[in-house]
Amino acid sequence: MDELWSKAKGVFAAVAIPPVFWLLVFFLAPLAIIWAYSFGENKNLVEITINGTFSNYAHAMTPLYLGIILKSFWFALLTTIACLIIGFPVAIAITFASEKTKPWLLLLIMLPFWTNLLIRTYALMAVLRNEGFINQGLGLLWHGLNAITSAAGHPLPTFEPLQLLHNNFAVVFGLVYVQLPFMVLPLYAALDRLDRSLLEASLDLGAGNLTTFARVVTPLAMPGIISGVIVTLIPSIGAYLTPDLLGGPQSMMIANIIERQFKTADDWPFGSALSFLLMYMTFLAIAVQAIVARNRKAAQG
Amino acid sequence: MRRGRSRRSLLAGLGAAAAGLSFASLDGCTPHAPIGRNGEEAKLNLYNWDTYTGKTTLADFKSATGIQVKMSLFATNDELFSKLKAGNPGFDVIVPSNEYVTRMRISDMLMPLDHSKIPNRVNLLPQFQNPGFDPGRKYSMPYTWLLLGIGYRKSKIDGVPNSWKWVMDSDRYKGRIGLFSEADDLIELGAKYMGHSVRDIPYPMVDRIAEMYIRQKPNIKIFHNDEGQDLLLAGDIDIVMEYNGDIAQVMLEDPDLDFVVPKEGTILNSDCLCIPKGAPRPDNAHQFINFILDGKNGAEISNTILYPTPNAAALALMPDAYRNNTVIFPPPDQMAKCEYADFEGLKRAQLYDETLTRIFAA
Repeated sequence: MDELWSKAKGVFAAVAIPPVFWLLVFFLAPLAIIWAYSFGENKNLVEITINGTFSNYAHAMTPLYLGIILKSFWFALLTTIACLIIGFPVAIAITFASEKTKPWLLLLIMLPFWTNLLIRTYALMAVLRNEGFINQGLGLLWHGLNAITSAAGHPLPTFEPLQLLHNNFAVVFGLVYVQLPFMVLPLYAALDRLDRSLLEASLDLGAGNLTTFARVVTPLAMPGIISGVIVTLIPSIGAYLTPDLLGGPQSMMIANIIERQFKTADDWPFGSALSFLLMYMTFLAIAVQAIVARNRKAAQG
Repeated sequence: MRRGRSRRSLLAGLGAAAAGLSFASLDGCTPHAPIGRNGEEAKLNLYNWDTYTGKTTLADFKSATGIQVKMSLFATNDELFSKLKAGNPGFDVIVPSNEYVTRMRISDMLMPLDHSKIPNRVNLLPQFQNPGFDPGRKYSMPYTWLLLGIGYRKSKIDGVPNSWKWVMDSDRYKGRIGLFSEADDLIELGAKYMGHSVRDIPYPMVDRIAEMYIRQKPNIKIFHNDEGQDLLLAGDIDIVMEYNGDIAQVMLEDPDLDFVVPKEGTILNSDCLCIPKGAPRPDNAHQFINFILDGKNGAEISNTILYPTPNAAALALMPDAYRNNTVIFPPPDQMAKCEYADFEGLKRAQLYDETLTRIFAA
């Protein structure tokens, strides 16, 4: 392959130029501008001077904003753990499903992507709200129950709808709902590659199902688990729509603060600093993960 | 910022895409329009809120003047401001709210109006002739006005909740209260509740207002993004801070809903017609503004959108059901305590925003 490429440098360049151009002009250049803004100040309503100040970062490091970043991370962590717990059995089930049903199960996982995230979130609101499907269903059950107990002479108190929307629970629930496919797919990819004979060997050699799962399946699926965790955790930290629509006053996440800097507060430099603070943290996390992975490889090798 | 049917969050999510589309089609591949008598092309680019013109307004304007109007839509004042911040992309007439008239005026983004080309300005009600945010109406003509008050579900609330107290400083309706999530509105109305004007709020008072909202937080069900009328209609909340026009719309669907202007007074808003600097067809723009301020054309708009009109001639043509609607037109004793908020510098705007963050995060 290498020889082929070196012979066809022109072809390679022709293929590479459009994506590189795209990346530079539409991704790296705007990002660089935002990065520059994070060292700037508002001169007036329409102009920003970039004067190398660190005041935006200093402002972003105050307890108010650090607390919100920490909370965003906490929500994302809960989401990731929930996705892992729900997603792993699903991925295993798909892996061991018959060849005929497998594509259908995978299709079911992909199906939500066919609908816009915003629409799905609104749909979730229709499910969770006080007069939503869950509360209506529970209300009907309650009503039925009441009819029975009333006949027995013990009427129930009136049904109080569960408060499912506009709180932290709703945000984490919404995030799990949105992120679950991103966890299941890498897990499935890892588990599907898994050599079944290893499982049979483990079971044959006296390990129970749980031991096999803990000491054979989990380590072998580790690359899938790690990429699943990353693609779930990082977008969750920066989630914007879900806390905005499903959350209550307490559930504001860092992306909502950043949005407000660019819109109502009109403080682009501060918004840029907050965005990049988040980015630096993400880079750090990925770097740590890469180092851990390399060390593990070195230890194995 | 509001508009019943244009749900802000929905539009915020789709906004980028939608704005991009309208932007591209703005001055693009349409063939050149014929040149009118004033030497300008017979067309006009209007940048307006959604569902904010009469059914036949634009067609009427075309038959009266021969000028074809192309309307693009924005969902928030911020969107309008940021679109024009980097230079006018070709709009002739825009419709910012009063506070943004100030912002754009001090940022040198508006063209002074030639009053000799707008004779219909005499139709304006006296209180709209010379507002504080644009003395002498040099840069703007009013299109509609509206005010924030309390919308509520009559069967779930005791009597008429005619004080901000019931949403800001009381646990009586615990868990059923909705407040606006706009920093300026919350702080300014908090000051109003404490007996201060919405302008020049002293900083210690801003702190006291923040403490009041933090105390109130356990009682508040949601800080909404101007979908308060929908939440009220759906029964998620029973009492909410909202605009009169929005509540007037849902009251048509549910007679159990009502609206009241709190006795402490409230913030007035006014959406205004302005010509941005660099407008390609300023004379057409003046013709359009003059056309809107005509009584019959103004009434055509009010008939469709049901927002209060600042136009005396239009008001005279409206049916009693509109004129005597106390939600659209609160009685004079309530109006007396209302005032316009104003843009008081970027520092203050940022302080208010951070205060809201503090309230939310507490």
